[in-house]
Parts: sequence; C-alpha cells; structure tokens
Amino acid sequence: MHSIGAFAAGLLFGIGLIVSGMTDPSKVVGFLDLAGNWDPSLAFVMVGAILVGIAGHVVARRRTASFLGGAIHLPTARQIDRRLVLGSLAFGVGWGLAGFCPGPALVSFGAGYDKAAVFTLAMLTGMALFEAFEASFGRAAGRPGRGR
Amino acid sequence: MIDWTHFTPWASLAGGVLIGMAAAMFLLLNGRVAGISGIVGGLLRPAAGDMAWRFAFVIGLLAAPAVYALAGRYPAPTIDAGYPLLLAAGFLVGIGTRYGSGCTSGHGVCGLSRLSPRSLVATLTFMAAGFATVFTVRHIIS
Repeated sequence: MHSIGAFAAGLLFGIGLIVSGMTDPSKVVGFLDLAGNWDPSLAFVMVGAILVGIAGHVVARRRTASFLGGAIHLPTARQIDRRLVLGSLAFGVGWGLAGFCPGPALVSFGAGYDKAAVFTLAMLTGMALFEAFEASFGRAAGRPGRGR
Repeated sequence: MIDWTHFTPWASLAGGVLIGMAAAMFLLLNGRVAGISGIVGGLLRPAAGDMAWRFAFVIGLLAAPAVYALAGRYPAPTIDAGYPLLLAAGFLVGIGTRYGSGCTSGHGVCGLSRLSPRSLVATLTFMAAGFATVFTVRHIIS
C-alpha cells in the first residue's frame, strides 16, 4: 500500500510540474533572469503549492500516524549551518546553468529527452559521490537517512 | 520588464496546486516529505525496508509524461544548455541538493509549507545563486 501511495504521489507531483510549465528549463531560466524579460510563472507555482502544502501540514500535525499506517516523518534538523548554505549555493548555480532541478529533470527524462537524461545521470553521479564521501568522512555516517 | 508572451499565471498556479496536493497526500498517506532530491538520494544509500516507496515515487514521476499525454500534448521543453554544461549543472545539483539537504521541492515547497526557517534560508540561498548565475551567463558573459 505504501508503494501505491508513493507512486500516486509521484505521478501527481509530475503532472503538476508539467501543467505548471516547470518541466521546460527555458521557463525556469526565464524566472531566474530578473534583468531580462522576466517570466514570473515560477512564483505562481510556489504560491499554489505552498498554500495547499500548508493545509496538508496543519492536518498532519494533528495526527500521530499516517493514513496508511506508520509514523509521519517530519525533518527534525533545525540548524542553519555551513552545509545548508554551501549546498544550496552549489544547487542554485547548477539550477541556473541548466534550468533543471531534480523533479523536472526526472519528468523530462521520463518524457524521453536525451539532454534531460544526461543531466539526470550527472545529478545521480553527484549524489552518489556525496554518499561515498559521507560514508567515509561525514558526520552523517551516524545519522539516520532523512527524506527531503 | 515582464515577459507577457511566456508568463502563464493560471496554468502555473494550477500546476502548483497539484504539486501541493501531491506533497500533502504523500505526507498524510505515507508520512513522508515529498523532497525529490532526498527521495532519490536515499536510493543511493541502500537501507532495508526503505527502498520500495522511493522507487515507487520515482516511477510515478517518470510515468507522468505518458499519463499526461493521454489527456493532452506534452509541452516540448526548450533546453538551451549544451551537453558539457548539462553535465556540470547536473553534477552541481546532485552534490548541492544532498549537501544542503534539499531542493526546490523539499526546501522550497515542503519546507516553506512547514514555515521552517532552515528551509527559508536554503530557498533564499539557491534562488539568489540561481539569479546570480543567470545574470552572469546572460548579461555578463554573453
């Protein structure tokens, strides 16, 4: 049942990305290009998603277990540290260079675009390298995996 | 100046609502945060009992274009970046989202929905880096 829930959520998330126009990197870069012809669409995506997301969290906070059973895993990290800022900086640079972030890249890969496949492969390589590094040196070696 | 020819306020708002519904549904049904980089990254750190739902979510994302195509024509993307740039950008996104514990979905949508200060800092940081990168590429280099 958990896998069916996850599949449905992933599918709806992907369809939302397609409907919103965010699977098109030129639209994302159009938003990030404040000094050029600015396309504010991405801000509208965020507003729509966050408003519904807030409602979801209000309900989730009142519950002790998820509807399919099992705990509701909310991130527990609170600290604003160097990892958070440096990681987000690197992500933002990559995002600006290609106009892809992880979700839209996977959806475009699913649609069969070669360039999205190359981006996704490079992204997975970066993630795998991070895991290897963390397993060897990182403080996350003793930290449970958190979904984000 | 606003790019009125490409600006899609209603479609983007509607798509955003669907994304929010997916995130809310995932949290309430599965008890998980719909952060794509975390879900995918967890697949690269194999742990027993923690893999099936991650795969299922990713398969849902990959299947979205096919399901969408049943109702309408898939909007063809314009990908300006060439292959070397895509490799570099993908690598930065992979490392950065894992080191910073989240991406546009995990910090941007889910984190801001929880009113998390940590996610607000992350979102402002990657947005600022994105703005600066596009400014550099479009208005300084070229």
